Amino acid sequence: MRDPVTNERHGAEPLLEVLDLRVRIERDTGLVHPLNGVSFRIQEGQSVGIVGESGCGKTMASNALLRILPRRAEITHGSMQFRTQAGDRIDLAQLDPMSRRMRQIRGGEISMIFQEPMTAFSPVHTVHDQIAEMIRLHDPGADKEEQHRRVVELLDQVGIPDPEQRAFDYSFQLSGGMRQRAMIAMALASGPRLLIADEPTTALDVTVQARVLKLIERMQRELNLALMLITHDLGVVAHMVSYVYVMYLGRVVEEGPVEAIFDNPKHPYTAALLRSIPNLASKSRRLEPIEGNVPSADRLPTGCPFHTRCTEKVGDICQQRMPARVELSVGHAVSCFRYTEESLDDG
Amino acid sequence: MLNYILRRVLLMIPTLAVISVLVFTIIQLPPGDIITSRLLLLQQQGVDVSQEAIEAMRARYNLDDPLYLQYLRWIGGFLQGDLGYSVQFGQSVNHLIWERLGYTLLLTTTATLFAWLVAFPVGVFSALRQYSLLDYVATVLAFLGLATPSFLLALVLMYLGYAWFGIPIGGLFSPEFAAAPWNGSKLIDLLKHLWIPAVVLGTAGMAGLMRVMRANLLDELGKPYVQTALAKGLHPTRLVIKYPMRIAINPFISTVGWLLPHLISGAAITSIVLSLPTTGPLLLESLRNQDMYLAGSFLLMLSTLTVVGTLLSDILLAVVDPRIRYE
Repeated sequence: MRDPVTNERHGAEPLLEVLDLRVRIERDTGLVHPLNGVSFRIQEGQSVGIVGESGCGKTMASNALLRILPRRAEITHGSMQFRTQAGDRIDLAQLDPMSRRMRQIRGGEISMIFQEPMTAFSPVHTVHDQIAEMIRLHDPGADKEEQHRRVVELLDQVGIPDPEQRAFDYSFQLSGGMRQRAMIAMALASGPRLLIADEPTTALDVTVQARVLKLIERMQRELNLALMLITHDLGVVAHMVSYVYVMYLGRVVEEGPVEAIFDNPKHPYTAALLRSIPNLASKSRRLEPIEGNVPSADRLPTGCPFHTRCTEKVGDICQQRMPARVELSVGHAVSCFRYTEESLDDG
Repeated sequence: MLNYILRRVLLMIPTLAVISVLVFTIIQLPPGDIITSRLLLLQQQGVDVSQEAIEAMRARYNLDDPLYLQYLRWIGGFLQGDLGYSVQFGQSVNHLIWERLGYTLLLTTTATLFAWLVAFPVGVFSALRQYSLLDYVATVLAFLGLATPSFLLALVLMYLGYAWFGIPIGGLFSPEFAAAPWNGSKLIDLLKHLWIPAVVLGTAGMAGLMRVMRANLLDELGKPYVQTALAKGLHPTRLVIKYPMRIAINPFISTVGWLLPHLISGAAITSIVLSLPTTGPLLLESLRNQDMYLAGSFLLMLSTLTVVGTLLSDILLAVVDPRIRYE
């Protein structure tokens, strides 16, 4: 089986392997590059976190996976190898986004929980209608009664009280937490093997957040789902996943087992992110926001993308060249000139 | 839901009572009345009317009673279905109104259907293919349609209809059919005439609806629930029909609300230009002559239909949109 420390293959191929994925968006003002060579890998049943500030491309990456990118965005490079239930390996990047195959994978094999449970449901269809639709789409054999039975069972599973009645509620009649639970029920209705949770708790009250996260964790364990948790919240990541990818401006700058990332961050960006978490335990320490803003994706800096805000630059090389990925210990890799041979020669 | 309808219907009663008082007051506001304007006309024609005759006429129409009595007599008759007497035409208002209402209903319905049938598909297409060539063409035409006064459009279409198709100008019937009893060829004659006023009356509404449909659908297409449905693996065409279109359709339902009052006011100027036997020109005439009962009946029916139309569209909206139903 998989090894949570290294996230490397052990015999079996990974469920999903994304290699050097690049996405380009055509805007009236010019080209925007939200993804500039992202690589990551998810094993079956593994939970992986993708962390970064808003605008780093994490949502773009998950939309690229499902091939539901905005109209003028296109994948220009890279592959997304996915192993289907039947055991085939397909490159999602090569599929026609509107093809039957892609639509079966979308929802059927990979499903998604969105950030805003308020608006992610249609306001004029009942929750029951929308969950049953998910079942119908991926299991055309299920008749009306079967669909109803499964909707109620799912709602019960995610902890919605009185599911027989609440199923026929509209999303605006449910509280934020209940809505997100219903969203989880819908995502699981088709029996997917990979669940993408895109900022699943950001829009919720703090008191509800923990419960929804616990639910996602429980469902993931019970159904042996692979989980791709997209968030800017390192606190959430620490409790939920075993392996973390830190993204900055459409690139993975550091990756590693969750303990390594938290205890021994190598990239200046990861370290800065960790310093900016409010921490009740150490009251004395002041919060340290990261200086400056994320550069806009239509004017990417040359060289290392982080050099405009980095406080630990090695030298001119930082704004001239891209640092290569260096593996520091088993499964822990970083892209920064502080750890490459080149910077030593240069400096 | 039933509660909601009941409450709204009950609320209509005081609303209409207030409106009826207002209507009556407004008709009484200009100096003089139907008799003085009749007299003026007769004197211009050189006819001398004796003081006694005038007094007799005033007495006959109870014009010297206090206003509240006149109001009560009018509204009492109205509630019993007696709309009063038109001095100007020398006929009862009931007799004057109903046939014209029928033709107006026919015209308004045709015009609205025309507006819907064109606006809906074009609006949807414009939104789905935003900034495409057809979107630009539809946009330009829609603004032209909104900006063109309908009487002008009526004149242009009348000319073209005559010059190109040899269709006789104006009216709803050719002269030989106007007084004829109903039969197949009269119906065909009616349909031949109907399209010009239907297009004229429908154009402005169509142009507006098209823009509204486009804007609404564009709004809805950007909503997160569209992304959710897409991520479920739903086919994009079925998705658009089931979710965003369903929500963007609300303004079409609202049109029912202003459809009914249109029945009466029904583009008076256009109707005059096209010499249509509808209610609009008659309303204008009665107001100019201070023909109290005729004008009052029109105005009160107009208000009633506005209130009823609004209620109808509100109920329909509540039926299709649960957010309104559950307040």
